[in-house]
Amino acid sequence: MTAPAPTELDRPRSHEDQRPDLPWLAIVWNDPINLMSYVTYVFQTVFGYPKAKAEKLMLDVHHKGRAVVASGTREEMERDVEILHSYGLWATVKRDD
Amino acid sequence: MSRVERVRRGVRVRLEPEEAALVRALLEQLLALLGEPDPAADPLAAALGIAENAAKSDDPVLARLFPDAYREDSGAAAEFRRYTEVGLRDGKREAAETVLASLRSGTDVVLDDDQAQAWLRAVNDLRLALGTRLDITEEWYEQAAELDPDDPRYALYAAYDWLTMLQESLVRALW
Repeated sequence: MTAPAPTELDRPRSHEDQRPDLPWLAIVWNDPINLMSYVTYVFQTVFGYPKAKAEKLMLDVHHKGRAVVASGTREEMERDVEILHSYGLWATVKRDD
Repeated sequence: MSRVERVRRGVRVRLEPEEAALVRALLEQLLALLGEPDPAADPLAAALGIAENAAKSDDPVLARLFPDAYREDSGAAAEFRRYTEVGLRDGKREAAETVLASLRSGTDVVLDDDQAQAWLRAVNDLRLALGTRLDITEEWYEQAAELDPDDPRYALYAAYDWLTMLQESLVRALW
């Protein structure tokens, strides 16, 4: 097996940044209505994630019931969640703890 | 049978007349549910997209279209709603109106990127609305298969099934 380009580099905002105002998460929850293809498409469109990463996040949502799809400041996460709501995804904001 | 395909100028959608009629009827219902902008709202707050009193709806469909953004902090959820719900409602209304406008010219239409995005969101909103009303689960095919064709829910399941196929074709065409 081989890995393509390091996926960590795709992250628009690094989780490792230790600024105190950073550790907020955008979480997407599983629901029985949204299509797997649509959810993947939304992750690619909203976050600019490559298809493989968007698909992995979609499958995490599907199998584990939820997935962290982005991290950053509270304002950034609220903005992301608002956009996800505009696409009809069930998304929430949470402090990382 | 509806067809959705990528063409040079965008996404071509061809619907049967009865399919277009179904989409129109469902969108009209969605628009009625979303409501008109509140004429009594403070104009300044309204211009800024701020709701004076925003609470999670008792209607399960509206609660699904505008979910709480915080699960364990009702104060933060209310504050988020106050600042986002007006804009989100406007966006859903505009998407629904864009689809209605594109169907006004006929049932064989070529959508540009913005129109295709509006279709994608509006069709998904219709699926969320119908799916919530039907209390859809991931095993909904089995639920539907057990229904008597005379059951009033039968037509709703059929509409949901068809919208699901339309949504899947739109995603495939946009990818």
